[in-house]
Parts: sequence; structure tokens; C-alpha cells
Amino acid sequence: MSDQPTASHARPTGVPAPAEPSQRAGLDRFGSAVIESIQEGSPAVLTALSILTALIVGAIFIVATDPVVLRAWDSVGYAPGAALSATWSSVAAAYSALFEGSIFDPATVAAAFHGGSIAAIFFPLSVTIYWATPLILTGLAVAVAFRAGLFNIGAASQFIAGAIVAAWIGADISLPPGIHIIACVVGAMAGGAVMGWIVGELKARTGAHEVIVTIMLNNIMASLLLYLLSSHNLLQAPGSPNQIASAIANDAALPHVGGPPPQAHLGFLFALGAAAVIAWLLSRSTLGFEFRTVGANPSAARSAGMSVESTWVRVMLIAGSLAGLAAATVLLSGGSPPPQLVPSTPGSYGFDGITVALLGRARPGGVVLAGLLFGALHAGGTNVAGLTTVPQDIVGVLEGLIVLFVAAPALIRAIYRLRGIAGTGLEDFAKGWNG
Amino acid sequence: MKLELRGITKRFGSLVANDQIDLVVEPGEIRALLGENGAGKTTLMNVLYGLVQPDEGQILLDDVPVTIRSPRDAIAARIGMVHQHFMLVPVLSVAENVSLGMERTGPLGLLDRNSTRRDVRELSERFGLKVDPDAYVEELPVGVQQRVEIIKALMRDASVLVLDEPTAVLTPNETEDLFRIMRELREGGRSIIFISHKLNEVRQIADAITVIRRGKVVGERPPTASNSELAALMVGRGVLLRVEKATAIPGDVVLDVADLAVRGERGERSVRGVSFQVRAGEILGIAGVQGNGQTELCQALMGLRPSTGSVRLNGRDLSHASTRDRLRAGIGYVPEDRQADGLVSDFSIAENLVLDVYDRPPYARGLRLSLDAIRETATQRVADYDVRTTSISTRAGTLSGGNQQKVVVARETGREVNLLLASQPTRGLDVGSIEFVHKQIVALRDNGAAVVVVSSELDEIYALSDRIAVMYEGQIVGFCLPDIPEQELGVLMAGGGTTHADGDEHPIAGEPAPPARAEFEERS
Repeated sequence: MSDQPTASHARPTGVPAPAEPSQRAGLDRFGSAVIESIQEGSPAVLTALSILTALIVGAIFIVATDPVVLRAWDSVGYAPGAALSATWSSVAAAYSALFEGSIFDPATVAAAFHGGSIAAIFFPLSVTIYWATPLILTGLAVAVAFRAGLFNIGAASQFIAGAIVAAWIGADISLPPGIHIIACVVGAMAGGAVMGWIVGELKARTGAHEVIVTIMLNNIMASLLLYLLSSHNLLQAPGSPNQIASAIANDAALPHVGGPPPQAHLGFLFALGAAAVIAWLLSRSTLGFEFRTVGANPSAARSAGMSVESTWVRVMLIAGSLAGLAAATVLLSGGSPPPQLVPSTPGSYGFDGITVALLGRARPGGVVLAGLLFGALHAGGTNVAGLTTVPQDIVGVLEGLIVLFVAAPALIRAIYRLRGIAGTGLEDFAKGWNG
Repeated sequence: MKLELRGITKRFGSLVANDQIDLVVEPGEIRALLGENGAGKTTLMNVLYGLVQPDEGQILLDDVPVTIRSPRDAIAARIGMVHQHFMLVPVLSVAENVSLGMERTGPLGLLDRNSTRRDVRELSERFGLKVDPDAYVEELPVGVQQRVEIIKALMRDASVLVLDEPTAVLTPNETEDLFRIMRELREGGRSIIFISHKLNEVRQIADAITVIRRGKVVGERPPTASNSELAALMVGRGVLLRVEKATAIPGDVVLDVADLAVRGERGERSVRGVSFQVRAGEILGIAGVQGNGQTELCQALMGLRPSTGSVRLNGRDLSHASTRDRLRAGIGYVPEDRQADGLVSDFSIAENLVLDVYDRPPYARGLRLSLDAIRETATQRVADYDVRTTSISTRAGTLSGGNQQKVVVARETGREVNLLLASQPTRGLDVGSIEFVHKQIVALRDNGAAVVVVSSELDEIYALSDRIAVMYEGQIVGFCLPDIPEQELGVLMAGGGTTHADGDEHPIAGEPAPPARAEFEERS
């Protein structure tokens, strides 16, 4: 901290400060700024290096779990070359399968030239988007709460609440086509919001720590879901002995963009829209100003006359409705047979939302990118399992590694000898608990 | 031991915190390092203590160059440091704190508490540092905690002792005690580097004064130098040491507090039935040693802490109003701890300038923030209040303390206020910023606002107050005029008036009460 020696406060009054002085800067200045930011280790650079490091370390796991490679190494004494080449081809095959399954497969282009389908070129991306949609939404649910200083572990329970409402309206109530979708979406958001409200209200009134409350609610809601799905006068599909709800009506399914699941549907636009709304809310609205103030310094917020408690309640309402919306995008994805709510529907969307928010540095734009990355890993993972001898679980390892490195910027700095002191801005997030 | 710093240079990015600094401290000398906040005093001492590595320069001890890479090296070189913020473990006893890092063990590797305890006792006797080795640090007053820090350094055989702003947290009497201890240490041949920005103290205790400005040594003066000479060196221009203000012309009662009682953090009775009035165009200074209920009083006045009794602003009952309603009713609030309560350090200057008006026009329309209006106001305020920054989008946390406080003051006085409640408004600020903040407060008074200034700095109380209320143990133990001698005010602040006042207030403002004064003289 210092007195800035050459004060430039003498700027003529009334002239707003130039927001982006770099816009006028030349290309070389841009170039040196990029190099500077790499050397200093800006958050974006750190995140990119974390992903790279995860891929490198992931390669070790691929090698270590691929039976073909292991066998080649058994005979390394006779054929060392074969062992090395098996190692290389295993890693290369796994990563190219990952890439081809999630982003782009060169073979589809060749096929398109020979009369194949052009849509097939976009199939991997479409799958990535399908998986990314709910992750972006649960990621936003965690991120927006985090910006107000709350560690929302409860996207899972908020997701379940939304899913229950969506399944009920979607399967057991008949409504006119368009209305049915809207009712399901709004209902799911309301369900999630109620769950979020419980968390916010408990914290505001009793000071209960939101981490404890949300973890417990996750358990409660998972059990409630099981109960509802096994009671035939409640959600259980008539005549079914299993824990399963009736199929969502076709007129409640979101329109497809790509094709039947697992391909992109309208829900992705909901996710993008939600990210845009949250971005606007945080940066341009009084409500978002309150969120950020309460998150950054609750006692200053109090001194400035804000109600910290009602801010908590409001942000949890929003977070919950986002997680509920995520459930709607999963259940309303259509296809044949149409989705049915089962105990495994919520999957790990809630918890993956935490990692997505972490990777996206709790910023809406970042969450979208992180959601797409995780969606891509998911989409590519299926391909890895199908095309190579590497187990699909490698994708989970990669996800874990990425998050691990993102959460430990000092480690990345040390590995790549970066200067600077800025972290990824999420050290507190990673610490989480005491907040 | 003779300490010499030669050509110390330290850069942080483009900022030169220390620029070719030379400093010699002879054995048995108290050397004051005087400079504004951000002048580079603390950086220099961090270099000496091994917390920061210099880019250039040398450290010599008894003319032998030494390399100090860590505090461990510094301790081994017999350099001791008492930080501004104490490095003590509150739940441990004095002896345990002192032995941390150099625990002595007896047979079987058990802690040998007795020898440490004995050593603490011996040291405290030798240097007149009264401390009970078995007391728990959290129960000790700040002044005594500081002694524990000094003992810690002495136990490690320090012969050069660095005291970083040691008086910032002390009462006048504790400061006197500290000075006595410093003199004892000097008699014992130890060298002391005393960092401060308080002119009077520096002149009182130092053998020689080195003045630093913007990272450079700008002069050395003997303690006989005048205040104005030192101040001019420090800030690079002449400074008003007294606020120029006309006699107050008090108007109607603006703030009327009756029988206010507040409980503190741990449920203790922090404020025990306080009543006072402040009129328009008047500054009431609330003097007192920190921790006598002033903090809780301010919080209660702002609705940040539940209280009983009544608070009226221009006749309107605000006793149960929310903080927001009180701000809206026209109270400006400069909190005691600007970092914790006054600012959001991650926010830009512009955002901080609207922290309590962000949801009103012209800054917001409905839910939408009007970024243009916010930016325009920020640019205006930054210029008007002389906030030294390159841009209104600079993070407030990167500003110096003085500039941070200017942001808070700009926000709280920039809008229409009937009452300004300023708690420790210039704590930790340099002379230039103090002058500026004081001028703003007086200007507000001259515009007809009522002002309450809570301060533990006597200079500030004297400079600003039109009337002084003294708080001790949650009560106002007396009102007086700013012509009361410092000693008498000191006695009041130390509770010397309690048996006399005994819970009742003595509104002696307007007529300095001779009987009370006589009584104090008898006591002292």
C-alpha cells in the first residue's frame, strides 16, 4: 500500500474515466500484455495451465490403467520399444477419443464429402451441449450464492425439489402443449426456490451454517425422492413395481435443436439466458450490488444499511430456482422413450455444480465455459470407453485433477515458475467452510 | 550494537518503496523514523527484519555486513521487532507466549515453565516492565500486551529493537510508561528504532530523527526541531497543525440521546445510560481510552446494535429504526474501522462511493443501477476530496489509508446530512490526510450539521471539539470545554472522575467547573 506518488487526480472533472485504455493500444502492446499476464500468472492463465497439468497427470493414470500398456511393460526387457509405443498410443488414443467424442471428429467431415450427413459433424458438440446444460445451471446456483458469501452445497437438494415438481406436472397433469412446458419449467424453478429459501431463512433467522443445512437437506431430499417414487398413490408410475415415476408427457418436452437425447435442446438457451440474467443482476442491478457487498464484506454492508439477512434469503431463492431449472432441463429433454424420474436422475449434477462454479471462478461467463468443459469431458468419456481399452472413469479422474490444480494456484505457480501473487480468486472458495 | 543500513532500495513493481536509504543507529540511541503512511518506513523495517529482501543495499552490524533472509536470521543477529499488530497467542499465558519458538525443556522433554517464568520476572524487574508471567494475554490491556512483545524480543537477547508505531494503540498514560521503558533500555546500551508519524512523541523521546518521504531520506533533525519544521519535511509542504475554525454558533438540538444503554459482544454492559445532546453547527468530541463503550455507543446510534433508551434526530424518534432508516434520516457515519466496516476493499472506488445510496436515484432506477451516474459522481468526488488514484475503478483496498478514509468521508459528507457521526476519523492517517479530513468535518459543521467525533487521540479532540464529553467504563464522566488542560482531561479519561461523578453526568459545559478541577489536582 502506498500513496501513489504521481497523483493523476487532476483529471478534469465531469469526464468519466476511460474504461478500457487498452482498446487504443497497438497490437504490440497487446502482445506484451499477453506475455505479461502469462508471466504474472493471471487467473485465466492459471486455469488454462491447471487443465494442461491435469491432462499430463491424467496421461499417467491412463497408462497405469490400460491393460494393453501394462502387458507391454511386462515384457519391457525383450521389447522396450513396444512398451514405449504402446504407452504413447494408449494416451494418444484416449485423448483423441475424448476430443472426437466431445468436439469434432475429422472422420465425419470426410464422410460428409462422400454423401454422409453434415449434421453428423456437429454431433459431438451437440452431445457436449446436452451434458453441459444442467451443469451450467447448477454451477450458476452455486456461483451466485458464493458471490453473496454463501457456500451452497445444496444444489443437489434444490435440483431434486425441482425434479419432483417437474415430474409431477409433466407426467400427472395434462395441460395444453406450450403451457405444459412453461408450467413444468416454472414449477421446477419454484420447487428449487423453496428449497433454497429454507436454507436462507434458517441462516438468517437462526444463524445456522448453510453448509450444514444444505448437506442435511441433500440427504433429506434424496430420501424423500425415494419415498415418493415408491408410493403408488404419490409419484410412482401406476402398475410399476420399481422406483420410477410416470413418463413425462411428450407435449412437455423441450424442442430439440440437434436431435433426440443426448443432443442439444432448448434447455441450453435457458442456461445461456440464465447466465446472462445472473451476469446482469450481479453487475448492473441494486440486488446484485447487495449480493456482492454482503459477499465481500458483510459488516460494511450492514454499516451501509443493507439487510444482510434478507440478502441471504434472496440469493438463496435465486440459487434454488436455478438448480430447479437444471432439473427441468434434464427431465424435459424429450426423446423416446421420454425421461422418467428415477432415484438416479439427480446424479451428481448438484455436486458437479460446485466444481463447475469453482472452475468458472464464480463468474457467469466462467461458469458457462466450465460447464461446457465438463460437458465435453462427459461426452468424450463415453467415446473413450467405447473406442479404447481405457476405462471411462478416467474422465472423473481428469475432472478431479483439474479442480485440484485450480484450487491450488500456488502449486501451478511453482511448477511453471510464474511470478506474481494473484491467485485464481478462489482460494476462499476452496477453503469454503469457515465463510 | 551499532546498526547501519546502506543504500537500501526496494521496488514493488513500478513503485519504489525504499530509494537508497542510509541509516545509522548508534548503540544506546533512540532513533526515530518519521514519515507519512506509505512513506516506506515499514518496508524498511521489514527489510531489516528479513521479511522483505532488498533489491540493493547492505545491512551492517557493528560494521560487519550481514545477510538477513528471514526473521530467524534477524533474531540470530540480535534484532528484535515489535509489530504494530501484536503477534501473540491470546489464550496462552505471558510466559508461554514469551517462550514460543524457544521452548525450554527439562528431563523427559517436558516443558520447563518455571525457568521461563523466572526469566520473565527478572526481565520485567530489570526494565520496569510490569507484567505477571502467569496472566493470560487475552485478559491484558493493550499496553501490557505490548510489554509482552518487548519482553519477547529481550528474551531473545535483542540489542536493536524496532518498535513499529507502538503508540498507535496506547492511551496517553500507557505511552508515558512505554517511553520510560524505552529510556531504561537505552541506559542498558540497547538501540531502539522508533517508527511513528506523531510529531510530539518523536520529539519527546528520540535522540535523533530521520525523516522519510516517498521512500527517501529527506533529512535528519535533532529532537529540538520544531513541529512545523518536521511536518513540512514529512509532507513536503507547510501543514496546518491546528484546524482553523471559527467559534461555533450552535443552533437547535439535532441529536438527543437519553439514557442509552448498550450491551457489548459478550453481553457485558458496555454503555450504561448515556445522555447527551448535540446542536446544529456544533462538534461534540467524545474523548476516552478505547474500549470504554465508545464503539458500542456508535453502533447503537447507527442501529447496528440493540439498545435501550431513546435516540432522537431533529425530534424524530429513531430509537428502533433500522440502520438504513437512520442513514436516510440524514446521519452520516464514518465507522471506526474503515477496513472492516467502512469500505469493501474488493470494490472499486466508484462502488464504494455509493455503498449506502446505491439504490436511490440518481444511482438506481428500480432494479437497474445507473452506472453513468455512479461514475460521474465518483469522478466528481475523487476530484473534490483529493483522493489520490489513477482511476475511479481502482480497487479501494489498494489505496493508502488516507485515501481510503477520504473515500469514506466523501461518501458520508457528500450527501445531505444533519448529523455526522465520525468514529476515530483519522486513525492511522498521515498529517496531510488528517488535515484534510478535519477540514471537511469543520466545513460540515459550518454548514449547520451537528457532528459527533469519537476519538482516542487527544490532539484530535482538542483540534475539533466545540465541547468535549469524556467516556469511562460506559458512562460519560464529564463534559468540558476544549480549554481544559491535557492533564485534567487525561485524569478524566483514566476514570479519575468516577468516584466524583459516580454515574451521574456533570454537564459542566459552558462553565468549566472549578471544583472538579481542584479535586483532580489533589488526586494527581
